[in-house]
This record gives sequence, C-alpha cells and structure tokens, in this order.
Amino acid sequence: MLELEIDGKQVQVPEGSTVMDAANKIGTFIPHFCYHKKLSIAANCRMCLVEVEKAPKPLPACATPVANGMKVKTRSEQAVTAQKGVMEFLLINHPLDCPICDQGGECQLQDLSIGYGGSASRYQEEKRVVVNKNLGPLIATDMTRCIHCTRCVRFGQEIAGIMELGVANRGEHSEILAFVDRTVDSELSGNVIDLCPVGALTSKPFRFSARTWELSRRKSVSPHDGLGANLVVQVKLNEVKRVLPLENEDVNECWLSDKDRFSYEALNSEQRLRRPMLKQGGQWKEVDWQTALEYVANGFKAVAASHGAASIGALLSPHSTLEEMYLAQKLMRGLGSENVDFRLRQRDFSLDGKAGATPWLGMPVADFARLDRVLVVGSFLRKDHPLLAQRLRQSAKKGSQVSLIHATADDPLLPLHASMTVAPAAFAASLAQIIKSVAEQKALAFDNALYQQTQTLPVSAEARSIAASLISGARVGIFLGNLAQQHPAAGQLAALVQELARLLGARFGVLGEAANSVGGYVAGALPQGGGLNARSMLEQPRKAYLVLHAEPELDCANPLLAAQALSSAEMVVAMSAFQTRASDYADVILPVAPFTETSGSFINTEGRVQGFNAVVKPLDQTRPGWKVLRVLGNLLGLAGFDFESSEAVRVAALGGERASVADRLRSDVGAVAVILATTSSAVERVADVPIHFADPIVRRAPSLQRTRDACAPTARMNTATLGRLGLNGREKVRIRQGQGEAVLESVVDEAVADGCVRIAAAHETTSALGDMTGPITVERI
Amino acid sequence: MLKIDQPMHIKPQILANLEGEKSWRLKDYVARGGYAALRKILREKTPPEKIIAELKESALRGRGGAGFPTGLKWSFMPKQYAGEKYLVCNSDEGEPGTFKDRDILRYNPHMVIEGMAIAAYAMGTARGYNYIHGEVWDVYLRFEEALDEARAGGFLGQKILGSDFSFELFAHHGYGAYICGEETGLLESIEGKKGQPRYKPPFPASFGLYGKPTTINNTETFAAVPWIIMNGGAKYLEVGKPNNGGTKIFSVSGHVNRPGVYEIPMGTPFARLLEMCGGMRGGRKLKACIPGGSSMPVLPGDVMMQCDMDYDSIAKAGSMLGSGAVIIMDETTCMVKALQRLSYFYFEESCGQCTPCREGTGWLYRVVHRIEHGEGRPEDLDLLTSVSDNIAGRTICALGDAAALPVKSFVKHFRPEFEYHIENKKCLVPVDVQRAGSRIYVEHAAC
Repeated sequence: MLELEIDGKQVQVPEGSTVMDAANKIGTFIPHFCYHKKLSIAANCRMCLVEVEKAPKPLPACATPVANGMKVKTRSEQAVTAQKGVMEFLLINHPLDCPICDQGGECQLQDLSIGYGGSASRYQEEKRVVVNKNLGPLIATDMTRCIHCTRCVRFGQEIAGIMELGVANRGEHSEILAFVDRTVDSELSGNVIDLCPVGALTSKPFRFSARTWELSRRKSVSPHDGLGANLVVQVKLNEVKRVLPLENEDVNECWLSDKDRFSYEALNSEQRLRRPMLKQGGQWKEVDWQTALEYVANGFKAVAASHGAASIGALLSPHSTLEEMYLAQKLMRGLGSENVDFRLRQRDFSLDGKAGATPWLGMPVADFARLDRVLVVGSFLRKDHPLLAQRLRQSAKKGSQVSLIHATADDPLLPLHASMTVAPAAFAASLAQIIKSVAEQKALAFDNALYQQTQTLPVSAEARSIAASLISGARVGIFLGNLAQQHPAAGQLAALVQELARLLGARFGVLGEAANSVGGYVAGALPQGGGLNARSMLEQPRKAYLVLHAEPELDCANPLLAAQALSSAEMVVAMSAFQTRASDYADVILPVAPFTETSGSFINTEGRVQGFNAVVKPLDQTRPGWKVLRVLGNLLGLAGFDFESSEAVRVAALGGERASVADRLRSDVGAVAVILATTSSAVERVADVPIHFADPIVRRAPSLQRTRDACAPTARMNTATLGRLGLNGREKVRIRQGQGEAVLESVVDEAVADGCVRIAAAHETTSALGDMTGPITVERI
Repeated sequence: MLKIDQPMHIKPQILANLEGEKSWRLKDYVARGGYAALRKILREKTPPEKIIAELKESALRGRGGAGFPTGLKWSFMPKQYAGEKYLVCNSDEGEPGTFKDRDILRYNPHMVIEGMAIAAYAMGTARGYNYIHGEVWDVYLRFEEALDEARAGGFLGQKILGSDFSFELFAHHGYGAYICGEETGLLESIEGKKGQPRYKPPFPASFGLYGKPTTINNTETFAAVPWIIMNGGAKYLEVGKPNNGGTKIFSVSGHVNRPGVYEIPMGTPFARLLEMCGGMRGGRKLKACIPGGSSMPVLPGDVMMQCDMDYDSIAKAGSMLGSGAVIIMDETTCMVKALQRLSYFYFEESCGQCTPCREGTGWLYRVVHRIEHGEGRPEDLDLLTSVSDNIAGRTICALGDAAALPVKSFVKHFRPEFEYHIENKKCLVPVDVQRAGSRIYVEHAAC
C-alpha cells in the first residue's frame, strides 16, 4: 500500500494506483473529461491537472502514478489556474449552443464550465466548424461540439472490440469519424452516447424530444436477454422518452446493449394494443374488460367441458414476468391442464422430469468475468449476449483463453484460443472429441457408453488444443449458448458438457436465452407428469390456447407448426402488448402491459431476482398481465387467486418470503445416454435469432429496425456448399424444409460451417419454414 | 563531396575527413578508421558497464534538443529483461532551422550505424530502428544502402565480426510530421499508428517500442559514440567544457554569409561561430538569434554575442541550446512577421491530441497573424503571454512548450515592435529595409 495526502487528507491506495484513483477513494472530485474508469488512460483533456509537491508543473491526476508520501493539491492556485486554462481552451472552439443541445443539463462541459469557465470569452477569432457525420440510425452527431476526449474511440477499441470511430487529421483539424461510408454498427454502440461528455454524440431516437431536466428517472430491468441489464427509464408526461443504464457492477456494469437502450421506442408505437377485442362473426370488435374476460372464462370452461381440460394449452413468452408466468401456470393447473410452457424455441425436452432442476449460468456473472478458461458451445455470442460477450472480451484481454464450438465462425471480437466450426449435428461429436482428449491427457476414465463410441472417433487438432487449454485453467467454465439449448439433441449436449466439466473439475451452465428463462423454471411454468411441453402442444394441437406475450409464428422453434396449431384451434386467447398476427387466429385479444407499465420481476441467468415497478401508467385500457390473470382466476372460480399485489404473487412464486432461488439453480442433468449421431450428407439449416428480432418489443423498435443487425434474412453459406448446390451466391433460392418453403437471396458467407445454410429465424420472411436446425433443400429459382 | 569550412585548429569528430569522393561509402569510412571502435570492443570483449561508464565520463549530452546525459540514459535500460529490447535512432529532424542530422546521414551514415551497434552492445539490444525524416528521401535511401553495406561487411546482423554479438538494424522513414520527432510519437509511428506522443510515465526505458524497454537517441549522439570509445571519455570531455563534453554540430541559417553545418567544441564563443560563418550578411547588425531551433526562446543580438555555445551558457542567457539550430536574424527582420511564421508552424504541426496545444496553437497563430495584418488590439500582447502560459507545461509532450516559448520570448524581447505594429498597423522595420535583407527580393529585383 502507498500512502499519500490529497488536499490535506491522508489516503492509502494499492501499488499502481493513480492520483485520480486515490481521489475517488476519498470522494475528492477532480474535474475531468477524457478519464473514464472503464477505459484506458488517455490524459488528453488535461482538465484533471493538479499540483503535486516537488513537481515543477501541474500533473494530470488520471495518469500520474501515486508515489509514497506524495502530496497532492487539487484546489491550490496552481491547480485551479491550470484547470481554468484548460477549460478556456475547451470552450474557445465550442459552439456554446447549449439552448439547442440535447446534452444540455447533463453535460460535463456545461457543468464544469460553471466552476472553471470565464463569464466572457477572450477568444475573438473565428470558431471551428466540423461537418456532422452519419453514424447510423442510433447516434446523432454535432461534431462541432466535440472536445476530442476520444472516449468514444477507446470504447470501440476496448469495450466493443471493434474500432468503428477514430480521430482523423491532426491539430485543430482533428475530428472524430467512422471509416469512409461506414456507420457505427456495434451492438453496443449506444454506450458512446453516455460516454460523450458533451453533445457531440447524442441519441438519434431521443433527439429534440425532451429536455433532460423534464424527465423523471425510474429504475427498471431490461426485458430482453438473459443478463437483465439494470435500466434507468426516463419518463415525461407518462411516456417513456429514453433508457439509460443503471450502473450495477455485478450485472451490466455501466453498459447497455443497443437492444436494451433503444427498444423503448416500441412502447410508444402505433402497434400497441389499446382495448380488449373480441372476434365475433369474423369481425374484430372492441369490448370492455368485463366482457372480454367473461368470454375467456366461459370459453375455457366450455372447451374443458367438451374436450377435457387437457385440450387447453398455454404458451408463455420467456420475456414474461415471474408473476405472469406463475399465475398463468396456476390458471392452467386450476383448469386441470398440465400443458404450460415458456421454452418456446426449445426442441429437445428429453431432460424433463429427469433433471427437475433449473438450468442457469452456473455461477454469478462476476465469477463468469473471472474465469481463466472458457468453452462456449453453440452461441452467436455477440448478438445473443452482447454484454456477457463483452465480459469475455475483457477477461480474454487479461489472458483468459476462450474457445468456441459453433456452426458459424462469426467474429466474437475477442481473441479466441481455438474454435471448431461444425454443423449443429456435429456439436455432440465435437464435445466428445474434447472429452476424449481431456481424458487421455489427464489419464482419466469417463462414461463407459460414451467411451465405447469415442473409440474410433478421430480427435482434431482444435479439439486437442481446446482440451489442453481447459486442462491448464484454474477457473474453468463451459457454457451452452442459445443454439445449443435450441438444438434437437440439447439434452445430450448438456450431458456431454456435464461429463466434460466433471473430468476437468470445471463449472458449467447455460447462457440464458431470455430475460426470464430462469424465472420460468422457478415459476413452475412447465409441464409436470403427463403435461405437454411447448413442442408437443403444437404437434398434438389443442382445442384452446392461452398465448402470453409471445408471437408463436416468430417465437416458436417451429413457426410453421405453431401457426398451423393455432389456426386450427377452437379458441385462442392472446395476451399481448402489441397488435400481432393473433388477429388472424385468435378469438380474444387482451392488451397487457409491457415491462414499463407493470410491476414484476425477472430472474436473470445468474439467478438474480430483479424486481421492478411500473414506470408509466398503462396505455389506454391496457392492464398489467398479473392482474388480468388474477381476475381470470377469480372468474373461473379457482382457489388461491386473491393476490393484492404483484409482490404477493412474487412471494408465492418464489415459495415464501424467505425462499431462496439459489437452492433451485442446478444445471446438472443426471445420467443421460448419449448416442453420437452419424453425420448425414444433407444440407443443414442453422438459424440464428437476430438480435433485433428476438422478442415482440424489439421487433417494433423503429430505429433498431433500421440498423445493419436488422437486415432481412438471407440464405448464407460458404463457397463449397454453394458449389455443391450449383449456386453462385447472388441468386434467389427456394428453401424447402418439411412442408414449409421460403424464397431468399443466397449470400456467400465463408464463416458458415460447411454443409450448412444460415437462415435467420424470428422473421416473417422465414416463418413459413420449420425448425431452426435440420435438413433443408435449396434450389435455384 | 562535402566542402567543410572548418579552420584547421578546430578538429571535428563527426564531420572529420569527409573530403573523399564518396565519404558515405563503407570503403571510405573504413579507410578513415571507421568501425575500429566496434572492432575494439568486440575483440576486447569490453564489459558493457565499462562502455556506459566511459559515456558518463565523457559528459556526452543528448544532441536532439533536451541535452539529457547519454550515459545515464543508457544505464536506465533494464539489464536482466527477458525478451526483446529495442534501440531507436531519432533522425526525424523536422524543426525549422535544423539540418545537422541530414548531413551526418548524408556524408557519414556508417558512423551512426557504428554508434548504434556499440550502443546495442552496451545495452544488450538485438534490434534497432533508425527513424528518418520523410522529407529527406535521398538521405533515407542512402542510409538503406549503408545498412546493406554494413550487413555485407559483417558489421550488422548475426554474430558481428565473428563475435557472439548480434544486432539487426533497420531504417524506417517518416512521412513528414514534425510530431514524429517527439520520441514517443516516433515509437507510435514505427508501430504503424498515428504519430501521437504518449503520456509519460511510463518512460520508453520501461515501456517503449511495442511495449518493450527502448532507448532512443539522436543521430548526432550515436555518431559521437565511436570517437569516445576510441579516445576515451576523459578526452572527449576535455574537448568541450565541464558537463558539456565533445563537439557539437550547429546548423546555422539566416542572415550570415555562409549558412551551413559547423562542428565546433562545446563552449566555443558565439562570436567565433559567427565569424566562421563569414559574419553577418551585408555587414549588418545582429538583431536576434534563436540559438537552439525554432522551439527555443529568441535572444536579442547583444545578449547572444556574449554567449558561449554550450548547454549551460545558453541556458543562463535565458534560452536553450536545443538541437543546435542557430537562426540568425539581422536588423532587416520584422519580428512580428518572423513570429507569425513560427507560430503557424506549431499550429500546423500540433497533433491535436491534448487540449492546450490543439486549441492554443491556433489561437496564438491567429492573434499574431492579426497583429501582422494591422488588426492587432492593445490587449493582444498580454493575451499572447497569458495563452502561452496556459499552454506551456500543461501538455502531454513538449510541442506545447515549443509553441509557447517563441511567442513569449518574442513578445518579451521585442515588445515595442509589436506595440508599434498594433498602433500604426504597419512594421517598425520599413518594408524596403525588410526587402533589402531578403535574398528573394534582392535577387528578384536584380533580374
């Protein structure tokens, strides 16, 4: 430890700390612009100059290492003169257009100019003007305001992993820009808006829609990916105007993905439902809640009476709240049906009833960030888990080795130790190779049935390298990504990962797909005993369905199957915040609140229960889902539906006031017989769920839909695959999968595993196709 | 062939015996005793510490401008470092008025190579770069040729001269940015990045090229090394004066009869140097002199005439010896116009990384420009001083100081001239007088 004195206060800091670190420790504020705790030190703004005893000139606090016995003065005449001098320089070419600047009111330059700026400028020359840049649909620019702190540049290089912004030219002509004719397309790009200390980079969707001081700040939780990023939702006149990160070092740090940040636009969209609607005589009619709910209750009763309660099924979105899921399963079970599920994109339910556990990350996110060896199986890492990928990027920078088994070689923007790019059907064999290699290298025995099958299995150099990497680690983690969880043999993959982890003494888990993937298990929103799961409910069509927050034609593993089952049902009740294709197949549409208009909770992939309150009042006749389900329970005369508040529902869902979720989190799957599939010569589909199509909210966020991540699906394959199919990668092709077909553009993409065609799911142009993986045929039109 | 105007009693060390037809060739260099120092240390297996001690004794100070003791700098290199260490020669000579390294490399490149090889031996580095200013292309090409010759001659590469010592040296040319002459900007440039200085600490000795321990010296510094090895540090010191060992090469430009490169012992009186340059052009009076390159404070003529040419004497007079670029201005010079030129240079060459320099250099230039163009205001002179104060000492590298010092010193020493400009909206020095002192106008009028 080093000891120093700052403004007369003694402080002790560890070796290697800077004066800024020491000042932060004792709460002494040193003005700064370029310094940011999560970014590298640039020391270019010079605002943090302080007086250091025995130094001939003021030194930047952010870059000056602490020496023992150092005496620092942050408010001395020398320090303040230097700080004021820098402030004057920063302001001479700044347009001082605060009244029309979106940053006004939350601008570091504006704030610090109060303390360090002059009341009039000595600069009488012409000011610099910088041409604005088009950085895409999310980031607005006013580059004349830029003070060249390079936080945005460093963010790209260090956090997002891709340098999309840089400083061109030099001296006074320096300017921040993207590469020629390029925009900023990172899935984390919006963070530069927060980082920009002035109004040079502001939010394009939010632009000119409110002044920051008019907004109330309310805490919430992101309803999208499995991380559950903490949000500050900013509200004016009962409308969500903007979303910012709520700093939580254990979850999202100070970052948000663009999906978390800009999806709010959907909440104010024209596509919101406003009133309950009934379809009568083929015509949709707006009705009051009483009528709608009575219709639903009577309908369910009638179906149960005529076809049995088991003919009713419920499909819940994994983005629903814990409370909604709990009440929905309680409602189904009250009616006498076990058919309830939230695992809409899952295909393999072989573990149901065996494991009885709750797949989760297997460790806290904080531990995830500290792993030194990581293997991820089947994940579009950057797009499926933008901030978890960012954590891996940081740990890889510190020397951790990350390896991937996946169907595409998309660049995760982090240095990979090794990767195996194989068709999904070969995931299991790839894992088996690694298991075999680990067992050989460590001279350990493993599962005998599996051992017999690996006898003749050749081990590739990559598999051996991954095995060696994992063996050499002290903190090893193995994870199943979304594609692995959606895999037709997901249970076997889980068993293989479990076996591999056992050999290594490693931890394993899943990268949770949705905001409440863990919550669904905790709420019991999955079938027990003879109930039907999300897949079998569609394969064996039910007479009546309750659909909560989901768009089955986009959100289910097999959209074609889902559309057929729902269309043929006698009654479909759609509870949704948005107008959906439910108008084609549903009989009742109930407008329920999105996450901003209801209280509730999500359990993120590390098992963290994160409750939130409504930040605005429900739109028009919209009602919180948990209240709707409670009233439905009452109308059906079911017991145990007299909850007074969502907190009471949560307590019940968690199993009591003091119940711990942690006890239920278990990724292990018990003994599963693994049969390594023989490879087929068929062309195989690989489906990603593009980041901005993943759930009903984000699909309707207009700005996100204009990003490059939201381009329409194509049929992507490598040159070899194209060649075998007689294609050149620039033509329209007809894709056939089972009974479904779709016409898409073929595109050359060398990152796709040989023999595979990457066709995105969750988009209407591909919703006529079937499962996310499996054999397809491709033909030239 | 180099014509050197050196009175016989002053013995140059670096620019010695260059009268041969092709003095830059290996053959010529070896013939005049070149590579003897390298041979000597390799043959005698001189311990590296002894070489560094010799350099410390010689009081050789960095010839790039800062005058840091070279032996001390070499001793900062971590000895037991496992991994690559680098040696870098800074030949990115870009400051107005400096052209000494250009001539060293043009006429005596092997002396630099030998000096670097000795330095590499002393510091245990196996790889070096010479970063050469991009606007002297012929010099870069010639250095590449010299490297080829040295490699072929066994003076560079693996197992030099049959010893166990290996050293690979490469030339790297810049693209004409002044800022790449700043040592850490230079390192960034070699790494292929934008030439922007790094914040120090960490210093290059611990975190230099590619993050490895690195020593950077000026061309002339390396060129001085073989002589010291051959003749001993004590003898080198004796040539100069205490704390200012050896000879120094001055590039003299401006209003003298024979501008050029002069190698003289440290401590030689300025008047003597002026005399060697053939005196003031047209016999006019010395008005001002910048003794160390355009980034150093200007000194009035009478002060300058009392100075000796060494680090300490010039510093005592209120300026710095810098790189030894002596800019001579006679009484036909308009100091406002001269400052306008200088401040434009720093405005143009600022890298833009840190605030005071990026914003301040443009401000300074614009105000001086205004004064020169008859739009000055009475408060401008105080403003110039104040803005200069706000730049100097507040920036990442020394370019901020380099921009501020000339402005402050011009205003300080020639304030009446600036005031005259502001009040009368014209020069104190009449235009025809200015033209009489300018070769461009005089020669133009003649034809």
